[in-house]
Amino acid sequence: MASAASSLRTPLIEGAKTPAQVTRDICAVLDRKPTWVWWTGFLCACAALVVGAAAVTYQIAVGIGTWGLNNTVGWAFDITNFVFWIGIGHAGTLISAILFLLRQPWRTSVNRSAEAMTIFAVMCAGLFPVIHMGRPWLAYWMLPYPNTRGSLWINFRSPLVWDFFAILTYFTISLIFWYLGMIPDLATIRDRTKPGLRRRFLGILSLGWDGNARTWQHYETVYKMLAGLATPLVVSVHTIVSWDFATSVIPGWHTTILPPYFVAGAIFSGMAMVLTLTIVARKAMGLEQYITVQHIDKMCKVALATGCMLGLAYLTEFFTALYSGNQYEQFAFLNRALGPLSWCYWIMVGCNVGISQLLWFRKVRANLVAVFAIAIVINVGMWFERFVIIVISLHRDYLPSSWASYAPTWIEVATFAGTFGLFFTCFLLFCRFVPVIAISEVKGVLSVGRKRAVFPAATVGTPSASARVGSEEKEVLA
Amino acid sequence: MSRRLLVSFFDHEDDILGASRTVREAGLRIAGAYTPYAVHGLDKAMGLPPSKLPFVCLLLGVLGGAFKVWFEFWTTAVDWPINVGGKPWDSLPAFVPVTFEVMVLCAGVSIVIAFLFASRLWPGKQAVPADPRVTDHRFVLVIEQADAVFDPVKVHELLKRFHVVRVEEREEAR
Repeated sequence: MASAASSLRTPLIEGAKTPAQVTRDICAVLDRKPTWVWWTGFLCACAALVVGAAAVTYQIAVGIGTWGLNNTVGWAFDITNFVFWIGIGHAGTLISAILFLLRQPWRTSVNRSAEAMTIFAVMCAGLFPVIHMGRPWLAYWMLPYPNTRGSLWINFRSPLVWDFFAILTYFTISLIFWYLGMIPDLATIRDRTKPGLRRRFLGILSLGWDGNARTWQHYETVYKMLAGLATPLVVSVHTIVSWDFATSVIPGWHTTILPPYFVAGAIFSGMAMVLTLTIVARKAMGLEQYITVQHIDKMCKVALATGCMLGLAYLTEFFTALYSGNQYEQFAFLNRALGPLSWCYWIMVGCNVGISQLLWFRKVRANLVAVFAIAIVINVGMWFERFVIIVISLHRDYLPSSWASYAPTWIEVATFAGTFGLFFTCFLLFCRFVPVIAISEVKGVLSVGRKRAVFPAATVGTPSASARVGSEEKEVLA
Repeated sequence: MSRRLLVSFFDHEDDILGASRTVREAGLRIAGAYTPYAVHGLDKAMGLPPSKLPFVCLLLGVLGGAFKVWFEFWTTAVDWPINVGGKPWDSLPAFVPVTFEVMVLCAGVSIVIAFLFASRLWPGKQAVPADPRVTDHRFVLVIEQADAVFDPVKVHELLKRFHVVRVEEREEAR
């Protein structure tokens, strides 16, 4: 993605790096011993993971009666968390695929970690439907249900089946995309590692990559094709997730605005998560010159734009409900804003539409502590958005006699905490064992916003390059 | 039978770009180029034909999607039709989402497998880098010395114009 150098642009990567320096800087993180910050984070994440694993074991052994669900609220914490995690994944694909197609060279510093985030978030999300099955060991009944009459196939008209295929495809394509992008970097580490077990392992993973121009050409083509496939895919995934709700007849769910609203919300929440992770990671790993304030600024702008779209969607939903003249629809929305769980609604509006407006200010976007705080607030707000859509729409349905409320049990809370444990355990391991920045892609954008002469190649000063050539050449020819 | 190669090393992408274009225009044969990152325009400079992998992607994507439509139709309308909410057996619009997902899955997985085949990459393959630093910061251009037009002095002059760092002669067994 080497764009034409322009003196009007500020360099993407600070510190006038050469390709060799880029390799050194990014690999240095992998060569160092883990710091106490890493160990603290890793142990906390593992602890949360253990708590989650215990909770999952317990609820699978006892049954999902351990949840706080009732006849009226049949979907709650579990699905909220599923949509929350799936949404987070979407920013990774936005950065890696959509921004690639839009030729945004700044994505190269953050795409690797954002894609990793996508994969881990989808893993966390996928866990919930599996648990929700109640008897996951009978999952094979879906493909198809075995019985004496023959094969009883799943119903392909069901949005839940669509969702299964969407998540499966999304996870597979994201994983392939991530790994493909990593092959040249794994080869880079392989070639700078001393012979031994680590080098042999890296040799297997890097598939014998040798930087051949023909391979690069194929690679670029495949990368472009995968980006082109992943772009409609990411839109389809959250669209299909929203159809889980939109194709039902529940007031508050049965609306056509849900797909674009969900996609915007997903990218919003995902950007917040990317910001949360990168602000900490760049500091902890000393990569401030690669993930610069400029990168954070751009991601903040994406978050702001999607946040405003979300605000528009909230307003549109309300307007549509009032204008529809449908009293159930009107009630569902008044109940969101003024009902017994209205505090959830106002947390959602306050965090997602209110606080995120601070990102309009350049000073706020340049203040990383403020951005970090806002990102956390957005994460909380986006979790509440899913809770509001799911639980508040269900808890007061058509029949007042069946109205009920919902509160999560400790098992559900522990499961949710466990997914955070899983996510951060994976992410911290990723930071230790894989280059967190796409080395080969960053090398390609070093020239952005820099004059050619910045490269200390053969062009500037130093003992004349031609003299060096002369001597070495003589050796060769002798 | 072996072929003699002239291996030249560069430090900057502009140099290898210019050198490969000039070398090709001088009528010499480029045996290969090795770079630490994707150098844009190098394929054109070397005169490589465009990659045909997108056709694999299209073909497998369409095949996967078509198979899925047929499969959904067969399961819901032929093998064991079940009345779901009075919907028609062959409710094609409802089959669109899964068909799309399967199409993307087939297209994406197949193009990556095709890429690994086309580039001869596989787990456990021993990489024989032209220079150990080629995955770090070195750019390598390999020129075949087979042709009658190959004049070492001229070629060295030419490469020097592009700030060549080092030139080496190698023999490659076929």
